Amino acid sequence: MFGLNRNDTLLLIFVAIITFAAPILMNPFPTESSLAQFNAGYPDLMQRFVIFGIFAIGFNILFGLTGYLSFGHAAFLGAGSYACVWMFKLFGYNVLPGIILSVIVAGILSVAIGYISLRRSGIYFSILTLAFAQMSFALAYSVLGQDMFGLQGGLTNGETGLQVYTSDPQIFHSEAAPNLPHLFGLPMRETWVWEYGAWSFQFNAGFYLCAIIMLVVFYMSIRIFRSPFGMMLRAIKTNQNRLNYTGVNTRPYALAAFVISGMYAGLAGGLLSAMDPLAGAERMQWTASGEVVLMTILGGAGTLIGPVLGAGLIKYFENIFSKINDAILEGWFAFLPETIGDAVVWVLHFFVGKGWHLTLGLMFMIVVIFLPGGLVGGLVQGAKRLFGGRRRKNAPPPSASPTSQAAE
Amino acid sequence: MTFSNKNIGRRGLIKGGVALGAGLAAPTFFHSRSLAAGDGGYLNAPQGKSVTLGFNVPQTGPYADEGADELRAYKLAVKHLNGEGDGGMLNTMMIKSPGDSDPEVMFARIDADGNGNLSKEEFTKAMSMKGMSGTALKGNGILGKKVEYVTGDTQTKSDAARASAKSMIEKDGAIMITGGSSSGVAVAVQGLCQDAGVIFMAGLTHSNDTTGKDKKANGFRHFFNGFMSGAALAPVLEKMYGKDRRAYHLTADYTWGWTQQASIQNATEDKGWETVNNVLTPLATTDFSSYVAPVVNSGADILVLNHYGGNMVNSLTSAVQFGLREKEVNGKNFEIVVPLYSRLMAQGAGENVKGIFGSTNWHWSLSDEGSKAFVQSFGKEYGFPPSQAAHTCYVQTLLYADAVERAGTFNPCGVVEALEGLEFDGMGNGPTLYRAEDHQCFKDVLVVKGKENPESKFDVLEVVEVTPRAQVEYAPDHEMFAGGELGECNPGA
Repeated sequence: MFGLNRNDTLLLIFVAIITFAAPILMNPFPTESSLAQFNAGYPDLMQRFVIFGIFAIGFNILFGLTGYLSFGHAAFLGAGSYACVWMFKLFGYNVLPGIILSVIVAGILSVAIGYISLRRSGIYFSILTLAFAQMSFALAYSVLGQDMFGLQGGLTNGETGLQVYTSDPQIFHSEAAPNLPHLFGLPMRETWVWEYGAWSFQFNAGFYLCAIIMLVVFYMSIRIFRSPFGMMLRAIKTNQNRLNYTGVNTRPYALAAFVISGMYAGLAGGLLSAMDPLAGAERMQWTASGEVVLMTILGGAGTLIGPVLGAGLIKYFENIFSKINDAILEGWFAFLPETIGDAVVWVLHFFVGKGWHLTLGLMFMIVVIFLPGGLVGGLVQGAKRLFGGRRRKNAPPPSASPTSQAAE
Repeated sequence: MTFSNKNIGRRGLIKGGVALGAGLAAPTFFHSRSLAAGDGGYLNAPQGKSVTLGFNVPQTGPYADEGADELRAYKLAVKHLNGEGDGGMLNTMMIKSPGDSDPEVMFARIDADGNGNLSKEEFTKAMSMKGMSGTALKGNGILGKKVEYVTGDTQTKSDAARASAKSMIEKDGAIMITGGSSSGVAVAVQGLCQDAGVIFMAGLTHSNDTTGKDKKANGFRHFFNGFMSGAALAPVLEKMYGKDRRAYHLTADYTWGWTQQASIQNATEDKGWETVNNVLTPLATTDFSSYVAPVVNSGADILVLNHYGGNMVNSLTSAVQFGLREKEVNGKNFEIVVPLYSRLMAQGAGENVKGIFGSTNWHWSLSDEGSKAFVQSFGKEYGFPPSQAAHTCYVQTLLYADAVERAGTFNPCGVVEALEGLEFDGMGNGPTLYRAEDHQCFKDVLVVKGKENPESKFDVLEVVEVTPRAQVEYAPDHEMFAGGELGECNPGA
């Protein structure tokens, strides 16, 4: 179907079902139960899951296929965000022009940065991209945030972040249109709640827009992985020198991969702004660039679905674990005798709330040490061990592309 | 694995039918989130016996100390609202709302026992309260609903703060968001709350913009601002250091730093000072030596540090290590000024703050009834005195609760109405006005100095002057605050 082989079609359908059912799957615990703390099925977080999924899918096209480790992808995310908010400020709150412009702006920026950075490879490439991203961050945070060209707050409004004011032109804004980001009149904030017994599920318009876009770009990424172009990118990863010696000019291929992944990042940035019309400079900071590297490695670099999993996991920790405070812990362990309860709370206290980074770090170490292929690699290995006997008969010969197996 | 050979047998059909029937029997409602049935037509209307508030403070980053103290204050406020503990400022709080001019309402407040007659005690008490009345809160939660809270980490980043606030609104059903220890974050979260339709009670935010060009109808600020600091500080600085001074500014590079720097520069230049230079430093800077070194030969004889929290501790320490305070320039002693001071910072900077002037919103050594009550219950709970960040957050929570109680509804528009133009007292800053035009509190400002001989590790600041409210007031359309609009209150429905 859609020019995909059977396994990839099944994968795409599987991802589509999971994504569309996310509002239900992410809310397994009844609203009033004490485990509701772990529910992730609210619009903001689900939007983040798919948006950062897009970001990581794009990053994986560069890192997973060519092996070029970019530490500067946050620059494209940020540029996309600013572009989208500017479209809101100038033309009105319809998200479509904003999202399109964010992809274009990020594409142009990535051509410029990629053209220079790709003259080097390995660690030098990483450092160059990091430098460019930090430069963009400093520009957005400070230089372009000053009053300029008669604009209060300049192009980026500095540390506060670019936002839409009622005094902005918004030339296509009409009285009938909602006064917040919308798609032809359907506000992104619109949420329908389905109360089912003790459960309550939230279906959010913005989330479904992001989900559809994610499925489209996920499909595109599968096509890239399976195309001759994708094969060329893998060849670059395997041995770029040998390619050069055989007379293949690899740089255009690498640049194309870089620009494509930059545009994915820009798309993610534009969607972030479309869901919440404020673009902050910290989206460009090196920590944001590092985050997408973590997502990709955690889920499994070079696999199709891995980056999306990694993105979901990191965003889950950031938003759910960071909100568990000591009072909640005490509530959970109230059944224990006081001294033991206090001791347990004291220990766990370091892993939740502001200590969520610690939990994430530990998990990252465990994954990197014990599951070198990331979570997806681990799952595939586990599946092989379980169904080993039966699999061997149907499995393609080992000479077939290893990544296509990992993607399952 | 093909789908076609999967026959649905009789057993499967019955099982499926039973499951489907059970599913349909469960109560099912499907509605738009903003228009939930029977909830009074506003977002997150409290449904059960409790109401949820969202405390969104920095738990990591340069303002983590302030955030931790804010959280302590919030927890204390929740205790007091729920009738636990000693009640703190609930016992000293006095309010006068423009809506109270109805004689019936006024009389009901004065007539404490509700017998329809004024006794001598009731009359004396009413007179002593200068036309104000006690709080409407009864120590049984807010409007009889028990107060619960959720917490989040802003990381002192606008994006993270908004994500955290959104999860409070969307997941936990918070009806009010409060907190923040950075103006950038406060402005960002205030904008979010306006769009979403909940009330935002700003915590520690000192930028003019919060109630200036970025003001919002759903947002309220109790803390003072950069303009007020300048207006309070400049006369004292003139008195201490004279008219003919050359100032060098180091400024944190974000909305707060910019507006405070502009305010201080304006106020001191009015007194005859000259501004030599203004250098912006990134918020994440930890080593300020490269910024302090050029000051030495700049010909300036005053260094103004527009820094806060960990930034100020580092930049001040750096300046002292360069020997600036022992220097003599233009025949005058070199001086350092820190326009926005807090006890937490002074403690962090230790010896270096002695004799350095600044302004602050509140200090625990104040001896009015409200401050004493707050310091006492905070001290009993945590074993040390509260900071100004804790104070403003505590007061904001109580003011919100009182406004809801008086309005009789959690509807943000009712709360806005109850807070606009509110006059109150007994909360540590003397008579205070919540101005309706920009939702900014107007009250006395404290000018403080690092204490030369501290008696304890908390006793690091001494109050030099209490600048009266009249001296720090300004018109709502003052040029430093112009450019924004409050807009309409948004109940989120």
